[in-house]
Amino acid sequence: MSLAHRIIPCLDTDGERVVKGVNFVGLRDAGDPVALAARYNAEGADELVVLDIAASRDRRPTFLETIWQVAAELAIPLTAGGGIRTLEDGRAVVRAGADKVTVNTAAVERPALISELSKEFGAQAVVLAIDARRTGEHWDVMVRGGRESASLDAIFWARQGVTMGAGEILLTSVDRDGTQSGFDVALTSAISAAVSVPVIASGGAKLPQHFEEIFRDGAADAALAASIFHDESQSICKLKEFLAASGIEVRLPC
Amino acid sequence: MKVTIIDYGAGNVPSVERALQRIGAESQRTASPECVSKAEALLLPGVGHYSALARALDEQKMRVPLIEAIHRGVPFLGICLGLQVLYERSEEAPQLRGLRLLPGSVSALPSNVKLPHMGWNRVVKRRDSRLLAGIGVNAYFYFAHSFAALDSNSAATATCLYGKEFVAVIEQQNIFAVQFHPEKSGDPGARVLQNFLRLAA
Repeated sequence: MSLAHRIIPCLDTDGERVVKGVNFVGLRDAGDPVALAARYNAEGADELVVLDIAASRDRRPTFLETIWQVAAELAIPLTAGGGIRTLEDGRAVVRAGADKVTVNTAAVERPALISELSKEFGAQAVVLAIDARRTGEHWDVMVRGGRESASLDAIFWARQGVTMGAGEILLTSVDRDGTQSGFDVALTSAISAAVSVPVIASGGAKLPQHFEEIFRDGAADAALAASIFHDESQSICKLKEFLAASGIEVRLPC
Repeated sequence: MKVTIIDYGAGNVPSVERALQRIGAESQRTASPECVSKAEALLLPGVGHYSALARALDEQKMRVPLIEAIHRGVPFLGICLGLQVLYERSEEAPQLRGLRLLPGSVSALPSNVKLPHMGWNRVVKRRDSRLLAGIGVNAYFYFAHSFAALDSNSAATATCLYGKEFVAVIEQQNIFAVQFHPEKSGDPGARVLQNFLRLAA
């Protein structure tokens, strides 16, 4: 008996609608976040992530309203983020109904943001999102939606983030994101071995075998995907049944 | 019957309210000692740091009315930190007092596993359980914590194993408490809340 591996659908939103696109280019509408949340809750998702990828200040109230409505549909945990720059931003997201807050670029620029959030809500509520790209023999932390290098080693940053109070790492492989060629096993296993907190692998998922591989060889505690769930090319329940049949512990029945 | 939710500022109060709404239960939030004293049933949610809860109970003068209500037999449900605070103390904030309604203490989970213990895990029943009535033995519940009651397993109604065995469910007279989050645990979690409401009615 052990902790189940989690399957986490992710809703990338413009604050109001779920959007889909590679590297923030050619965004197109992929649905209503509230309807998708209800569907995933019913289909056996273990958790849900909602991100505001536009993260513009004037759209923030709309995003908070989206979180509120999404949370109302869920009997599973909700993580929200995108553009969280201050403790007050984090409070607003928690007040809107999120169980965990994810921070990314702003934490790289000001690591104290992690400890501020952790002190107020506990480490279990602070998810450090790291976008990593392979550069020679190591992985570089990328910021601003994966477009800019922070000239920071991803393993070093993950360790530092945990020391500052992050309770979980949401690790996206910029190299794999959008490619549907499978999760980044080398990156995920390196980060997972380096930190004492759970790691959510993200980027590159398409086939059920990709999930099996990232749990078995990548030492991921959870795996996140977006478009394959939104366009129904992969059912969450069937995916979990496949994993269970492969000997990976997942939460069933859906 | 109305459930009184002790709102000391924990992040999971809205989730608990919504979970109660979904099963058709009436609830009210309070941070006042008078409301705690008058409650028909009490629910103490909690998530985050032990010290925030232990301090709030004193600063908002709810410690005594809460203990008195529980001694009078008012049905009580503690969630996560709401379970941990029932014991004498916690390693997370050794200088602060728990409610001391149960013998034992709360300690850190061992560091040979990833912490926090975050995600879905199963529990093992050690005796008949009223809270878990009607829930299958293989049901998963959502946990999010790094500390747990490790030295009171013999008194537990159900335990969970993660690094070490710890108290997952406790039921003693009118005291009910769970280390997991029923408000985030899908159908089995909703059933736990329903069972508590039925016991409290």
